[in-house]
Amino acid sequence: MTERRAALLLAVLSAVALPLLCAAQLRTDAQVFEDLPAAARELPAARSGYHYQSEEIQALQDDDFANPAMLWVDRGRVLWRQVAGSEPSCEQCHGEAQSLRGAAVRYPQYDAGVGRLLNLEGRINQCRTERQGLEALAYESDALLSLTALVSHQSRGLPIDVSIDGAAQAYFEEGRRYFYTRRGQMNLACYHCHQLNAGRYLRGDRLSQGQATGYPIYRLDWQTLGSLHRRLRFCNTGVRAEPFAFGDPAYVSLELFLAWRARGLPWEAPAVRR
Amino acid sequence: MLNARISVPAVARRGEILTIKTLVSHPMETGFRRDAMNQRIPRNILTEFVCRLDDELVFRVDLHPAISANPYLAFHLRATRSGTLWFLWRDQNGEVTTERRELQVND
Repeated sequence: MTERRAALLLAVLSAVALPLLCAAQLRTDAQVFEDLPAAARELPAARSGYHYQSEEIQALQDDDFANPAMLWVDRGRVLWRQVAGSEPSCEQCHGEAQSLRGAAVRYPQYDAGVGRLLNLEGRINQCRTERQGLEALAYESDALLSLTALVSHQSRGLPIDVSIDGAAQAYFEEGRRYFYTRRGQMNLACYHCHQLNAGRYLRGDRLSQGQATGYPIYRLDWQTLGSLHRRLRFCNTGVRAEPFAFGDPAYVSLELFLAWRARGLPWEAPAVRR
Repeated sequence: MLNARISVPAVARRGEILTIKTLVSHPMETGFRRDAMNQRIPRNILTEFVCRLDDELVFRVDLHPAISANPYLAFHLRATRSGTLWFLWRDQNGEVTTERRELQVND
């Protein structure tokens, strides 16, 4: 009899408690965001990472000759005209690269044909596989970085202007959740450094707001050009979290949130950072 | 062939001091670093840069492992005569990359 009562009690308890537990887990991203302290939710006045660099690095970025990232823009221009087999080159469809002025500041963008969010790298590879009959370029390969740098460079000076409406909204929410989720052994979220402590020193370096305004960037630390995803992997490793793969959908969603967060800031590509 | 950027004024007045700027793509791997598997990454550097005006040597540098990737070298040249500026980068295996620019000097 007692066994039966215990079983009944358990059944009643789980009938009441389980939905409660599930409800707690199924809070939407928007609700999670609302629960954050106000200081974390309020975005500071947006300021490009350029402001956190030394004068010498700023001068290097401003000099179109000495900016080492321009080596990749040059190479991108060669690839732009390159014809492989019977398929058209980039130039044969788009004309001069200037015709894509304004493209970089509107990515990531939801593509109905592919059915997912594409960043600039993703768009270039989609163009290659579907329209040029070529193989997709490996993420972070010299060729993909060069083409991205060329296209990205065309939009320099234009304000960042991504759409988070319609199909893009779910990706935006996912990206925002990523930004506010603690991760790694250090248990830090993006906003701990780049929102609450932006402008303060982390050991010898000043923390920037984490505004992605000029990718791909030449980092002196890397001694080469790198994508935003490389920078995000670097951040993940910094807080001792497992980084995602290059081109991972989680990073692309975060890229959309970051672009929305930096909306209105002028595009600087190719930027130089320490 | 490496990807090189060179800035030379196309026209100069005789006696004018010109700034010649060069930038070349190269990893300049020092040979002291190790990869994720703790294997030593082999040294891969440029060892020499030379600039000549026709046959006359105007600037020469020996490069060593401490030079950063994508070396940027700028130097000055007094414009004495018109001619062809020849630029040459040599790597540790003796492979060379050359570029040329015409320099016109007017009185």
